[in-house]
Amino acid sequence: MSTADSSSFAMSSATQIAAQIRSGQMTASAVLENHLAAITARESEIHAFNLVTIDQARAQAAAVDAMVAAGQDPGPLAGVPVAIKDNMCTRGVPTTCSSRMLEGWRPPYDATVVTKLAAAGAVMIGKTNLDEFAMGSSTENSAFGPTRNPRDTSRVPGGSSGGSAAAVAAGFAPISLGSDTGGSIRQPAALCGVVGVKPTYGMVSRLGLVAFASSLDQIGPFANDVADAALVMDVIAGHDPGDSTSIPMEHPSLTAAIAQGVEGLRIGRITDLPGGADPEVEARLEEAFAALAAAGAQIVDVQVPALTYGLTAYYLIAPAEASSNLARYDGVRYGMRVPASDTNSMYMATRHEGFGPEVKRRIMLGTYALSAGYFDAYYGKALKVRRLIADDFDRAYQQVDVMLTPTAPSVAFALGAKTDDPLAMYLCDTYTIPSNLAGHPAMSVPFGTGADDLPVGVQIMAATLNEPVMFRVAAALEAAAGSNGNGRGGQ
Amino acid sequence: MPERIDVHVVAKVSRLARLDLTPSEIEVTTEQLAKMLDHFADIDAVDLDAVVPMTQPYPLINVLREDVEQPCLDRDEVLAVAPDVEDHRFRVPPIIGLED
Amino acid sequence: MSEFLIDGSEGGRFEMVVGLEVHVELATATKLFSGSPNRFGDEPNTNIDPVTLGLPGALPVLNRQAVEFAMRIGLALNCTVQACTFHRKNYFYPDMPKAYQISQYDVPLNVDGWLDLPDGTRIGVERAHLEEDTGKSTHMGGSGGRIHGSESSLIDFNRAGVPLVEIVGRPDIRTPEQARQYVTELRAILVAIGASDAKMEEGSMRVDANVSVRLPGGELGTRCEIKNLNSVRSLGRAVEYEARRQVALIEAGERIRQETRHWDETDGRTHTLRSKEDADDYRYFLEPDLVPLAPDQAWIDAVRAALPALPAERRASVAGMTGVAADSEAVMVLVDRGQDHYLCQVADAGGDPARALIHIKEAFADQGEQPLVEAGHLATLTQMELRGDLTATQAKQVLAEMVSGAGDPVAIAAAKGFEAMDSSALEALVDQTIADLPDVWAKFCAGEGKAAGALVGAVMKASKGQADGKAVTALLHSRKG
Ligand SMILES: [Mg+2]
Ligand SMILES: [Zn+2]
Repeated sequence: MSTADSSSFAMSSATQIAAQIRSGQMTASAVLENHLAAITARESEIHAFNLVTIDQARAQAAAVDAMVAAGQDPGPLAGVPVAIKDNMCTRGVPTTCSSRMLEGWRPPYDATVVTKLAAAGAVMIGKTNLDEFAMGSSTENSAFGPTRNPRDTSRVPGGSSGGSAAAVAAGFAPISLGSDTGGSIRQPAALCGVVGVKPTYGMVSRLGLVAFASSLDQIGPFANDVADAALVMDVIAGHDPGDSTSIPMEHPSLTAAIAQGVEGLRIGRITDLPGGADPEVEARLEEAFAALAAAGAQIVDVQVPALTYGLTAYYLIAPAEASSNLARYDGVRYGMRVPASDTNSMYMATRHEGFGPEVKRRIMLGTYALSAGYFDAYYGKALKVRRLIADDFDRAYQQVDVMLTPTAPSVAFALGAKTDDPLAMYLCDTYTIPSNLAGHPAMSVPFGTGADDLPVGVQIMAATLNEPVMFRVAAALEAAAGSNGNGRGGQ
Repeated sequence: MPERIDVHVVAKVSRLARLDLTPSEIEVTTEQLAKMLDHFADIDAVDLDAVVPMTQPYPLINVLREDVEQPCLDRDEVLAVAPDVEDHRFRVPPIIGLED
Repeated sequence: MSEFLIDGSEGGRFEMVVGLEVHVELATATKLFSGSPNRFGDEPNTNIDPVTLGLPGALPVLNRQAVEFAMRIGLALNCTVQACTFHRKNYFYPDMPKAYQISQYDVPLNVDGWLDLPDGTRIGVERAHLEEDTGKSTHMGGSGGRIHGSESSLIDFNRAGVPLVEIVGRPDIRTPEQARQYVTELRAILVAIGASDAKMEEGSMRVDANVSVRLPGGELGTRCEIKNLNSVRSLGRAVEYEARRQVALIEAGERIRQETRHWDETDGRTHTLRSKEDADDYRYFLEPDLVPLAPDQAWIDAVRAALPALPAERRASVAGMTGVAADSEAVMVLVDRGQDHYLCQVADAGGDPARALIHIKEAFADQGEQPLVEAGHLATLTQMELRGDLTATQAKQVLAEMVSGAGDPVAIAAAKGFEAMDSSALEALVDQTIADLPDVWAKFCAGEGKAAGALVGAVMKASKGQADGKAVTALLHSRKG
């Protein structure tokens, strides 16, 4: 099969693939082989994956085909290839977090999302590259080399879920999972021109997600369109008794919600949003407001003053939690060990060798922020700022249903552009961080292009559990982007 | 705000975090952390006295499981990926120097 | 309350100030935050799951039964049970899988209680909180399983994540005996409420002692924490040794350094384990993987209502029933063995409680809470004694037969030919004995204690054990005039 064939086939949506496989018009094995062909054609250039799980995927696809042949329904994601960020546990399949520390580790259990995807008929095609332990905004902090942006391979795909974003953008898989602690799904989605969703904290189980910052982490999907993202959400959302922070409720179908339109919805424009976005990005955001107004929504100016402190609160809280979460990598039970004459030296050497510079930087920052004498000045204050941000959001959501911002301040930047300046890299997350601090849902939808014809994403933020309205707005933006020749639909 | 971070504090923090940083790494880290902490001083201007810290995004209480045995992991599968094993146990070099 | 003061020079007399921290493993089926078994003595690393091993991606979920046991402990120790949170205590140690222990910090489950010692002293309980246990390290090579000089250590994580309650007592203890009583009483309470088997020798109950000394009423001194106290006896010896060591240092004009010390049972001394001069920096912060625990009043009330009678209450009731002091050995032992309910059965069957108490204490040590001897039979035995049908010696013999399964004491006594001697026959025997042993009689009359024993013994022998010792003694005294 030729590359052209496979890539056009591969770009068809998860919704269509599942429908055709369930109805017997296509086989899961054929769909898989097409995607494997797309990977063969471009993976060496992109490096979206740490591991392509060819054999396991073929077995899973064959099982799906057998079910269909036997008259059984494999589920809503029947035969859909899915790429999994390599910080989610997959039983018997290496899970590295793109760190030397976990190189070769094979988890003895599956993450809840992995179990749920398999139960819905999805076929895991591989484990995707990320910034080590999900710490970064460019996927350059991987111990196994950077992922490149399929839209321009001299550019970063964003991060930390850059491999999952690139996999979907390159047609390696119609859908993928990422994790988002401060924007790690939405920012790479924007930079790669795909849809990316960070659900309400507690909506998707974190069990089996290797923790970065426990009170901020959420798993969510990447997809080529809003309907596919909704389809994945409907599969992975839901209460998990194995995650104490999982919300014990049934979630309404997002697939059903997206058709409802935006007429009458109140869309917030944040007038005191911290500046710094590129003019083209600002221009796309204005066009998005105009498109929603044209679709019958009302644009309302709101203020969320505490957002300006989001970056500080985040870069104290996330490293603090991370410093504790990553303390378990000590060379005793699993993963890497640098031999030494005593246990303490073994810890010091193992952790020095096993972690890359960004991870060490954050462990240092977080350890400092929690340590005696500094706790109140840093971590304690950051938790209070977090409250201010959530309170300001709550006030704003009394006036509006959702708020739009840029997802990222700029289009994809060149590899190496920000690697020497950690703070400049952190500023990529300015717009995405607040939703994590508040625990609110947010998503990025491609909306036109900016500098060098590279994709721009618009972020839709909503209040806790208001995903149905967020998805309605996303669908409207997607339709508008398609019709004015800006978004993916115009490619 | 505490005093500006210096190499002594960074060296102490690196020991707490069990990261064996070289002197030059400590210097670079000190510079980077200092720059970040300067940036993070923006929150010093905020009046936070009456604010209750927020630690969890979604308010849940009393999440409990029943006291019922679940299947254990397979010992051999677990020990197979361990760095050093003896007599079905995880082996470590002598435990000294852990006091600080 | 017993005085315990340590003499210093120039007439100074120091008192010891002791506060105990006791860790108890809860009697749950599974771990505090996961479903692998909480079981002692299994093959190494078999009771493991992702949470227990601190695997990447593992998440804790709190065990309801552990919470309930912890609430029982709090209520039994007169604590206030309150809404509470969990923190991470961060430190590196190979038997601590996540490199943090999930524990409770500023807001624990149980606060502000107390425990009354059998002698009436009230010891404050500051808090009793939930936390997880560590794995177990075995030090290989070197000498005697010590860390120092070992070549490697082997870690078994079966114990990791076992639920613990840490009971932090206030520094209200002033004597080694009170320290022993506190732990003994606490253990009795824990067993009675079913929260723990509290076996110090198996490590399911572990005691650390904070010891300082001061002139009575003076400022609190610098304290040292003694670890590794694995018996009540060691505890008493260790706190006494440590208090004397501190007094000696003060007398020598030296400063007491705050440190953690280790009790060595073989040399009877405490040794420096590590200095606490550099305070630990545990970087406590709220555990983000858990949500607050907030037992409502209905739950607390239900746990309180289901609490069984506590040892002190049961001892008081035995004391009331028998007239024997509540802190006497017999009453303590009976309640400790849980045989007080059986004593009630004997009393209900018409038995004499005081006599029954002694018989149970002496003869039923290994019989458990419900001895095999029918309560009615023991009741009958005490009635026979009371009527003077049996002497104390005969009663003992009959009881021995009853314990070995012979049943009805009336039948046993008849089979053995035990009949009470009438008083004229006894008087004749006593007079005969006085006549036979004039020297001994003279000594008896001169008030020599040993002579009494010899005379009573001779009468008993002559009666072939049928005489009642007390009656013989009374007769001897009446003959003496
Ligand atoms: Mg303690
Ligand atoms: Zn403790």
